[in-house]
Amino acid sequence: MANGILVAAEVSGGAVASITLEVLGAARRLADQMGKPAQAALVGSGVEGLAKELIAHGADQVFVVDEPALAKYSCDGFVAAMEKVNAAASPDAILMGQSDMGRDLGPRLAFRLGSVSAMDCLNVTGEGGKVIAERPCYGGNARATYSFNTSPAVISIRSKAQEPVARDDSRQGQVTKVDAGIDASAIRDKLVGHQEVAEEGIRLEDADVIVAGGRGIGSAEGFSVLEELARALGGAVGATRAACDNGWRPVSEQIGLTGKIVGPTLYFAVGISGASQHMAGCTGAKNIVAINKDPEAIVFKSSRFGIVDDYKKVLPALVEACRKLKA
Amino acid sequence: MPLHIIACVKQVPDPEAPASAFRVDEAAKKVVAAAGVTPVISQFDALAVEAALRIKDAAGDAKITVISLGPETARDVVKHSLAMGADEGVLLTDSAFDGDSYTTALALSKAIEKIGDYNLVLCGRQATDWDAGVVGYGIAEMLGIPSVSLAKSVTVQGDKVVVERVLMEGYDTIEAPLPALVTVSNELGEPRYPKLQQIMMAARKQVTIWGAGDLGLDASKVGAGAVRLNLERLFQPVSEVECEIVEGETPDEIATKLAQRLREQKII
Ligand SMILES: Cc1cc2nc3c(=O)[nH]c(=O)nc-3n(C[C@@H](O)[C@H](O)[C@H](O)COP(=O)(O)OP(=O)(O)OC[C@H]3O[C@@H](n4cnc5c(N)ncnc54)[C@H](O)[C@@H]3O)c2cc1C
Ligand SMILES: Cc1cc2nc3c(=O)[nH]c(=O)nc-3n(C[C@H](O)[C@H](O)[C@H](O)COP(=O)(O)OP(=O)(O)OC[C@H]3O[C@@H](n4cnc5c(N)ncnc54)[C@H](O)[C@@H]3O)c2cc1C
Repeated sequence: MANGILVAAEVSGGAVASITLEVLGAARRLADQMGKPAQAALVGSGVEGLAKELIAHGADQVFVVDEPALAKYSCDGFVAAMEKVNAAASPDAILMGQSDMGRDLGPRLAFRLGSVSAMDCLNVTGEGGKVIAERPCYGGNARATYSFNTSPAVISIRSKAQEPVARDDSRQGQVTKVDAGIDASAIRDKLVGHQEVAEEGIRLEDADVIVAGGRGIGSAEGFSVLEELARALGGAVGATRAACDNGWRPVSEQIGLTGKIVGPTLYFAVGISGASQHMAGCTGAKNIVAINKDPEAIVFKSSRFGIVDDYKKVLPALVEACRKLKA
Repeated sequence: MPLHIIACVKQVPDPEAPASAFRVDEAAKKVVAAAGVTPVISQFDALAVEAALRIKDAAGDAKITVISLGPETARDVVKHSLAMGADEGVLLTDSAFDGDSYTTALALSKAIEKIGDYNLVLCGRQATDWDAGVVGYGIAEMLGIPSVSLAKSVTVQGDKVVVERVLMEGYDTIEAPLPALVTVSNELGEPRYPKLQQIMMAARKQVTIWGAGDLGLDASKVGAGAVRLNLERLFQPVSEVECEIVEGETPDEIATKLAQRLREQKII
């Protein structure tokens, strides 16, 4: 008997990761549709105190695995811990974020449990007691929906695709400790080093305005006017793979299927053709403004506003116009 | 014994083909192959072969075997890998393999066991058609070996593999004992392009062909009959936005109009 919808929570910098709150939102809605509780697995070391956060954001039950060997993510350690939580919770589905952790944990856990995973989903629903997951494929050109013949259904959710439920500190929930007995020496994938790439200014994932440029910008210097526009609007600069591959921008600014997933209120696509693999990274943007000299560019199809012109002509004027508005 | 590396390579429709050529047959739940667009080796799988070749270059000696599962035409991606510098190629082809990631991973893991004596298995981070990013994990789980994903570099040091794993911000360095499975990401760089002479040499190489029976798999227990993930629907998302083109006589006029429209709509 399956008992609920379980979220594999993620802890980042001592707090519940923002993606986990989005996934909890999805789990809460799915659990309500299916008339089951929303459960959460809190795996880590020194994390027990965060259980109440998960409850405040929608969990009815939290299973805590708090052990020193789980201080950092490892595939072996976390799969083993989740296996124990799965046995205790016996969920219909296990949800997690499509994050550094989730994309690695999900598929291996699914195979360990004799089940299957659908990764990078935009939505999950419970139709007639059946879990249905929807995900983009073919580089964003197509969408697929799936049902599951095995359980638990393991599903990862793309960031910015789901809304968290509003925090409510008066919510009640049950906390259960699970002893997984993870032995550090049994973890084969060992973390031996970490290199942070510090981003300057506003993080792309948090930015409300993003000015992204592509191959059409033509050079690293060309990006300075995009930086000015970003500054005028309090936003951040992003780039396509073409711009990064050319060395004009750091890879940490790449947006898309194999880069960052962003969801700003306003996204400028400047000198960007609108390839599905790039647009996959900004489907969460509320408004896209395309600036492209080619009227046939496919990017206009997903844009709210468009300017057909050379960016070198219009962008400086746009910086001025925005500065005036903001003044 | 020199290192033995196995790379798994999939044939996919060219993801760089123009979007206008992309069409889905919703009734058949299939992507319609675009006329005149040649299928290619999945980009990340060419990088898996590249990663294997870099290890071989560094070690001075290593054997590289590539495996592809797919229709007869998938022989082309095996040949492409051989031309890049791989030593041996295996093609798994059988209509019994038409299923989900479970069957794909099962058949590949059985083939790897049959080839035997491997130290490292390399896969792409995701196939550029279904973008699932799951098969590598299935292979590792079925073989009972550790997995490390999203490599931007893979090196072998003694009896372990050292991987720089790409993160949203920066990277981790992870070590695992061999044999292990590693999935490779685009940050690895560019795959080498085969030279004409290598293409001619690869053309003469034999590709081993195996079906379900050769792998000891019961055709009724794999493929369509063993699907865990049901494809319910496949469709092309339609964009609901109507694009308002902002026009004017001068750049200033256009820019001012756009800024005003954005303000009216409370976007800025
Ligand atoms: C006739 C048919 C029916 C299908 N039915 C279903 C279905 O019912 N449900 C479903 O979910 N899917 C179905 N599929 C698609 C399914 O087989 C996917 O290919 C599978 O889920 C793996 O996902 P992926 O291709 O995205 O690989 P990923 O998991 O993204 O691949 C990761 C890596 O694994 C390796 N790899 C993957 N596939 C191969 C391969 N074929 N050969 C060599 N290496 C490989 C590569 O290194 C690749 O980079 C069907 C396919 C066919 C042809
Ligand atoms: C598996 C896979 C994964 C990928 N992942 C990503 C990803 O994560 N992110 C990503 O971005 N891409 C990704 N890509 C690449 C993607 O398919 C496209 O190749 C890429 O996004 C194109 O970048 P672009 O729009 O900058 O360049 P182009 O397609 O070359 O477009 C340049 C545009 O600039 C316009 N232009 C030129 N000059 C000017 C000017 N002076 N003023 C205004 N407009 C001008 C042109 O009209 C053109 O439309 C991936 C591809 C694959 C196959």
